[in-house]
Amino acid sequence: MLNIALPKGRLGEKVYGMFERAGFECPSIREENRKLFFENEALGIRYFWVKPSDVAIYVARGAADIGVAGKDILLEYRPDVYELLDLHVGKCRMCVAGPKDFRDDPARTLRVATKFSHIATDYYTSIGRDIDVIGLNGSIELAPILGLSDVTVDIVETGTTLRENNLAVLETIVPISARLIANKASFVFYKARIEELTRALAKEATA
Amino acid sequence: MTIDTAVLTNEEKISFALRSLYHRRGYAPYRMSRFEEYELYMKNKDFLRSPQVISFTDTNGKLMALKPDVTLSIVRAWRPAADEAQKFYYDENVYRVSESSGAFREIRQTGVECLGVRDDPGTAEVLGLALDSLKLISPDYQLCVSLLGVVEDVLDLAQLHGDARRDALRCMGEKNVHELRAVLDLAGVKQPDAERIARLTLCTAAPSEASDALGAIGCPEAAPEEAKRFAAALPPEAQGHVSLDFSILGDMRYYNSLAFQGYVRGVPSSVLSGGVYDRLLRRMGKPGRAIGFACYLDKLERLEVGAHA
Repeated sequence: MLNIALPKGRLGEKVYGMFERAGFECPSIREENRKLFFENEALGIRYFWVKPSDVAIYVARGAADIGVAGKDILLEYRPDVYELLDLHVGKCRMCVAGPKDFRDDPARTLRVATKFSHIATDYYTSIGRDIDVIGLNGSIELAPILGLSDVTVDIVETGTTLRENNLAVLETIVPISARLIANKASFVFYKARIEELTRALAKEATA
Repeated sequence: MTIDTAVLTNEEKISFALRSLYHRRGYAPYRMSRFEEYELYMKNKDFLRSPQVISFTDTNGKLMALKPDVTLSIVRAWRPAADEAQKFYYDENVYRVSESSGAFREIRQTGVECLGVRDDPGTAEVLGLALDSLKLISPDYQLCVSLLGVVEDVLDLAQLHGDARRDALRCMGEKNVHELRAVLDLAGVKQPDAERIARLTLCTAAPSEASDALGAIGCPEAAPEEAKRFAAALPPEAQGHVSLDFSILGDMRYYNSLAFQGYVRGVPSSVLSGGVYDRLLRRMGKPGRAIGFACYLDKLERLEVGAHA
């Protein structure tokens, strides 16, 4: 049985659609119920929904053989997994944002509010800028407005929240999308199945 | 004295069995201090699985560390002998940061180091021992091996150097071909060279089929030959338990020729890893060849009882 962790929510439903069209369907997943996992015994697959940021943990620790996680999570938590495919869905950008008229003063340490401290640190290290990371868990955009930070590092999908709060994207750090990941040991023992699934999904991703 | 094996933990049973195996194969036990000079790890930081080290100042003012690694200490103490290879086995606790929790952990590690190896048979002997170690842990095991010379030749052919080479190797280690192509494109690598690197990243093959697979990818002539030599040197019992996988990469400033990782069904990450590390010897001013591997016993704690011998 191949265990597949999918992210809960709209992205997960979109991704399941890709698995379904690729020939890895599991009709019970479409039923209205409170089940936590869904099996198609004939195909030897079992799906389960987990919080998007937890998918990589389930896969890295072998509770799931494969899964779908955002590139933001992979960059931030660096799980020891294979990244087999860019599914080209859930597209957004990891950006530096701040007041529209923001000018960086190199004489001061830059205060950066973010949920993604590794990504922010890596980015600013790569350009040699000293920063003070302010770790927040939500409403990141509020930080520069209230003077808690100079800028934010966060995911930007449409940019509407930024615009409505007189903020703007200052830099794009990296494009983000959903990725198919695999546990390294599972890849060894279920190589043929995982490769078959990857090939089928690749066709869906480029369709 | 009789030992009631029922009271032993998985880790202990496997540790005893591995030590017995290495002893029977002519490896000498190597016992070392729990502490090592901090400087040794600072000079070879990239060789460590995690760069953080627990350090303290000894009573004489010397900065010391709780050892995070065994190989460096053995290589440092090793005095090359002209006539034959020196073979050691160890069963030690090391102190390193856990990949999952990010906190320091005490980890039990058993392994072998073979220093001053002369030729392929010596290397094959250690690979055979790695296979026997895995078999002892579980009947359902796989050893994945990479021929690092092939990887280096293919990257050299594409004239990939510096940061681009580092980024490409990272992508290869993740089997992340979509980003690998972007890295190669940005570095201006020609299309046929980029395609060869991408195909090598995804190449996994039984040793007997690896030569043809590398030929089909368009690797330099030496690559299929190297794969043939590798397949010929393997013991017959390796059949079905060894595969070549070119995404397995040690740090090439230390490792060369071979890198390998062992897996057993039921454990979600590699339980054994090793390779040929002649370059580490050079960095530490020592001649010759060296190969070794370590088994991570902490990962076997939850392996079902009865899976091992």
